[in-house]
Amino acid sequence: MSSIGTGYDLSVTTFSPDGRVFQIEYAAKAVDNSGTVIGIKCKDGIVLGVEKLIASKMMLPGSNRRIHSVHRHSGMAVAGLAADGRQIVARAKAEATNYQSVYGEAIPVKELAERVASYVHLCTLYWWLRPFGCGVILGGYDRDGPQLYMVEPSGVSYRYFGAAIGKGRQAAKTEIEKLKLSEMSCRQGVIEVAKIIYGVHDEAKDKAFELEMSWVCEESNRQHQKVPDDLLEEAKAAAKAALEEMDAD
Amino acid sequence: MNLMDSTHSNPMSLCSQADSQRTLYPYVTGTSVIGVKYKDGILMAADMGGSYGSTLRYKSVERMKPIGKHSLLGASGEISDFQEILRYLDELILYDNMWDDGNSLGPKEVHSYLTRVMYNRRNKFNPLWNSLVLGGVKNGQKYLGTVSMIGVHFEDNHVATGFGNHLARPILRDEWHEDLSFEDGVKLLEKCMRVLLYRDRSAVNKLQIAKITEEGVTISQPYSLKTFWGFSAFQNPTVGAEGSW
Repeated sequence: MSSIGTGYDLSVTTFSPDGRVFQIEYAAKAVDNSGTVIGIKCKDGIVLGVEKLIASKMMLPGSNRRIHSVHRHSGMAVAGLAADGRQIVARAKAEATNYQSVYGEAIPVKELAERVASYVHLCTLYWWLRPFGCGVILGGYDRDGPQLYMVEPSGVSYRYFGAAIGKGRQAAKTEIEKLKLSEMSCRQGVIEVAKIIYGVHDEAKDKAFELEMSWVCEESNRQHQKVPDDLLEEAKAAAKAALEEMDAD
Repeated sequence: MNLMDSTHSNPMSLCSQADSQRTLYPYVTGTSVIGVKYKDGILMAADMGGSYGSTLRYKSVERMKPIGKHSLLGASGEISDFQEILRYLDELILYDNMWDDGNSLGPKEVHSYLTRVMYNRRNKFNPLWNSLVLGGVKNGQKYLGTVSMIGVHFEDNHVATGFGNHLARPILRDEWHEDLSFEDGVKLLEKCMRVLLYRDRSAVNKLQIAKITEEGVTISQPYSLKTFWGFSAFQNPTVGAEGSW
């Protein structure tokens, strides 16, 4: 649904006659044009996966991290303008450390999501600021178990059991809906996320990509960390095999 | 409450407004910590006492804590300041872990950080009232250092704080040697801790020995040392002075 908001789209503090703020919608476009980012909530934890589109063959694999730890128990995967994403992550880290120093315990994921969403929303209220051109999928494990939140450039944040943003989000969401997440362990979830990302990657439009995945689960001791290398390789192999099966049909 | 004598009684001459925010004298204190390098890493010993002036009030204070993957910190002095230092280090290690770049802060770096913190606080006349012993192993390199409340810092093969400097280090100077085995190291530390137990009035007979090697940190369960008081001079103490007790 693309419409030109001529005249009403110059400032984030202007509404259009039909009640839309076009600047925020344009910011969301920046997210839609970036590589796919998925998050799923499994039985025992969260898995985050990013389709990192590689701009140049000169880049070192493993650089330009898109998934960041916010505290020991939670992490964030960013889609959209990378520099904007860095700001959001920095703010989330600061909020988490501040909560820890005031309340003496790790910030509950719900609280963290609220704080991040407030911050993103803040930048949509003043004409001298621009909205963040990135969406964030936040996963963490606290006293209430594993939780997954998504924050959009408009500042809305909802809790999900499966979320996808970026180019391939429609296809990814369809795939996620097919999964039986409540019965899946994170170990299996990692394989499924890899399959989905490899599946939605458009070979024609974007050439190379690197798969970046992280998890917070019982196996990782409720700490947010990169998926261990051996499991990552296993997931990539399974994903490639699944692709070949599809191609063979 | 008058724990210390009047040498501390006139801080007004130093800083006018924020006096209520400055450390003036310590309240709950821990006594000596001793650290030695041994074959596989560092061994550290400290008792579990927290004294409230001359009262041996708290007897289960853990004065040695692991820091990150590669270091062990032992502290004497004000216990609440030690807890504050642990909070600073916790945040330091957290940020270091979040980089997730394959690197982690080693004992040398942590020691340097602590030195800066202690020295800068001292310059503001608001010290953290501790003497710290920082030991660790990283990539096979053993490191043992100390920082005092005024920021004096150095590294050595064996260090001690407080009374340990006077009672333990002479023993260590004579008997420490390179590549001590674990058993010999523990025996040496226990010898020093026993002397401190006899002679330091703030020592309590409940101690822990901590070791840090490339594999990680182990802090022993608390235990006590055997002491001997059966000297003939103690048998009939009043035999030379009738009427005393």
